Amino acid sequence: MSLDQLILTKFGADADHEMILNMGPQHPSTHGVINFVVHADGEVMRKAVPQVGYLHRAIEKIGEIVTYPGFMPYTDRIDYLAAMFANEGYALAVEKLLGLQIPPRAQYLRAISCELNRVASHLVSLGTMAMDIGAVTPFPYALRERESINDLLEALCGARLTYNYHRIGGVAFDMPEDWMPLCRKWLDHFEKILGEWDRLISFSEIFVERLAGMATIPAEMAINYGLVGPNLRAAGVDFDLRRDEPYGAYPDFKFEVPIGKAYAGSHRGGQIGDCYDRFYCRVLECRQSLEIVRQALDRFPPGEFMAKVPRKIKPEVGEAQSRIEAARGEMAYYVVSDGGERAYRVRARTGSFLAMGIIEEVSQGLMIADLVALIASLDVVAPEIDR
Amino acid sequence: MKELLDNLILRWGHDPANWPSTQGVYLAGMMLAGVALTTFGAIFAGLLSWWERRVAARIQSRIGPNRVGPGGLLQFLADALKLIGKEDLIPSSSDKLLFRIAPYFVMTGFVLTFVVLPFGYRLSPSYMNVGLFYVVSITALIVVGILISGWASNSKWALFGGIRAAAQVVSYEIPAGMVILVPIIMAGSLNLHDIIRAQGGAPWDWFMFQTPMGYGAFFILFVSLLAEGNRTPFDLPEAESELVSGYNTEYSGMRFAYFFTAEWGGLWVSSALLTTLFLGGWQVPGVSIDTLTRWEAAHAVPWWFYLMSAAVFLVKVLALVNVIVWIRWTFPRIRVDQMMTLCWKYLVPIGMGLVLLEALTEVLSFQIFGEAAKGQAKPGSARDMLHLAFFLIAGVLPLTAFLMKTFKNIQLTGDRVDLSNW
Repeated sequence: MSLDQLILTKFGADADHEMILNMGPQHPSTHGVINFVVHADGEVMRKAVPQVGYLHRAIEKIGEIVTYPGFMPYTDRIDYLAAMFANEGYALAVEKLLGLQIPPRAQYLRAISCELNRVASHLVSLGTMAMDIGAVTPFPYALRERESINDLLEALCGARLTYNYHRIGGVAFDMPEDWMPLCRKWLDHFEKILGEWDRLISFSEIFVERLAGMATIPAEMAINYGLVGPNLRAAGVDFDLRRDEPYGAYPDFKFEVPIGKAYAGSHRGGQIGDCYDRFYCRVLECRQSLEIVRQALDRFPPGEFMAKVPRKIKPEVGEAQSRIEAARGEMAYYVVSDGGERAYRVRARTGSFLAMGIIEEVSQGLMIADLVALIASLDVVAPEIDR
Repeated sequence: MKELLDNLILRWGHDPANWPSTQGVYLAGMMLAGVALTTFGAIFAGLLSWWERRVAARIQSRIGPNRVGPGGLLQFLADALKLIGKEDLIPSSSDKLLFRIAPYFVMTGFVLTFVVLPFGYRLSPSYMNVGLFYVVSITALIVVGILISGWASNSKWALFGGIRAAAQVVSYEIPAGMVILVPIIMAGSLNLHDIIRAQGGAPWDWFMFQTPMGYGAFFILFVSLLAEGNRTPFDLPEAESELVSGYNTEYSGMRFAYFFTAEWGGLWVSSALLTTLFLGGWQVPGVSIDTLTRWEAAHAVPWWFYLMSAAVFLVKVLALVNVIVWIRWTFPRIRVDQMMTLCWKYLVPIGMGLVLLEALTEVLSFQIFGEAAKGQAKPGSARDMLHLAFFLIAGVLPLTAFLMKTFKNIQLTGDRVDLSNW
């Protein structure tokens, strides 16, 4: 059977009116190893069907093979851009199983590291989005700032990408002595950089025109598809786990939750939940993360950074679930214990996977150039989709 | 070119009209000029590739290529060597003949423009009296090559790129062709050298600052030439984040290099055209056209004038090229429908209006100023003062505002101008 016939049988009689375009798995802007089967009619797409699974590494299965603390480094690999969150979610779930009380200092360290990581992750997202729209210059700027965050995190936990910082019962290392002034200096520096970022790309006329009113996801649709995190908030749904179901040190902090407000402006056709809202909500979230880190540094508590945890972690028979607000939205872990040293089941629920589901519906009628922007605005990361 | 060769033959002691070898000398001269200009195009494109990468690096707070030669200047030679050494890969499912010849169309369309483009006073191979028309028509060859390459590659990404390029270049040739009429009306000629001679050395004697129509026409032509040269924000045909690499996705080695030589060399063509039509071409400030005519009548054009005119022209062209490079590393890319909207809904009607207004102005100013409306304005005359006032409002004011804004932005970020690690 020739390839053309194969396409015809697979995609139906309609296929001869449209061009089937395989975008990926090796394509510069699919943000990792993802394939999109694009049904294109000229420049306009009928739909784009995402095909995931190229990066499946069976991380959840590994969780059943290694011990509870031994799984922690694997969680880094779930989302390499925001490894802190994957760490924290797993730690929280196991701590629930064990019924552990975490010392406040550890909770603050977790919050600080996570918020810094959130900024780093958003920077990559914003930079790649600008690059997908054709502006190459903002990307190195974003990466330059991410490097300075990596420096901070490296001073904190010794790693720049896969941090493996959080532990069941606390964090791996205490804050170094001279770290706090370094972090404050960086906070002041980054405030200015956010202004520069807005002048550089956020308020660039071409950029806003490209994204305004494009690939709009209304609130109802976002909820129906189970979107989480910035994608959900950009659709106008005011929901943030850090505020609505606070965990760790988050009840102590005051911060705003930016939601989509058609930032592109109605005169440009901006709508609540369009690509520009998703972009700009992330910029605003970076600012809020700075606020949280600042507050955490101001009232950084003394004490232990690790709870008393038995050498061998053997939770009683039972199950536990944890939910955290990760950079790509709500991340949930579900851990089942059968009383042994190893988990009976570990499952992770991630934001990128949920975001992939909505692409087929939203992409209908978009242009191919807009598909790239849509993928970028949903901020999907391939390993987080497949795990 | 012919005059030059005739002079040469005269100096050798023969009469060009009767000497039997005249045609041979002509042929040799033409071939030499052809080789020289092609080489110039290629070397300029190579040097520009280095310059663009360095400028892009500065813009993106990187350093850029600085290993090969002083400041990385010879990087383009290393790149060229690498590209020559690569396998000339031809996809098995492609249309092999068309795939092979497509780069030559692009290259030919680019190189042939040098036949009429001036480099300085009397420095151009031909004084073709339809020079401008020739440039517009010969550059259309490039889109033929791009379309062929997109089709012959038998790759969907390349096809998208080719179709986009065809739609874009053909569309933008209309506003470009329209606003080119503005300097033609001003100068009353299609000959590129005559158009330059109708302008002056000082900025307010340039066509760009003589009338608001010339000012608008400059920007429309600038945008159209960006689009025709597939430069950001109109780089849709090779949008690397959407179409992998667009029409040249399947090309490698020297054929790929041809596309890029034509693209970077095309910047010279665009800038030289803009300089000629709107920015006074090779007119040296301080040497009025009357002085020049007097020198010509006495057959005593000083040698330094040739050099100065070439230098002035070079500086103007390079400044424009640099602006185009800045634009590429500053702006995002626009979408296909926005590209079409910009062309057909804005540039074409505005361009049309500018041409009509310019024709009207020309008639009116002839009514008001009489014979003084023709050619360059006399220094100190009412027409000259008018040009000067418009230059201050339209040229100096926006530039000052732009610079002030730039320095304010640098201060806001707490940054500083630093060229130490160049």
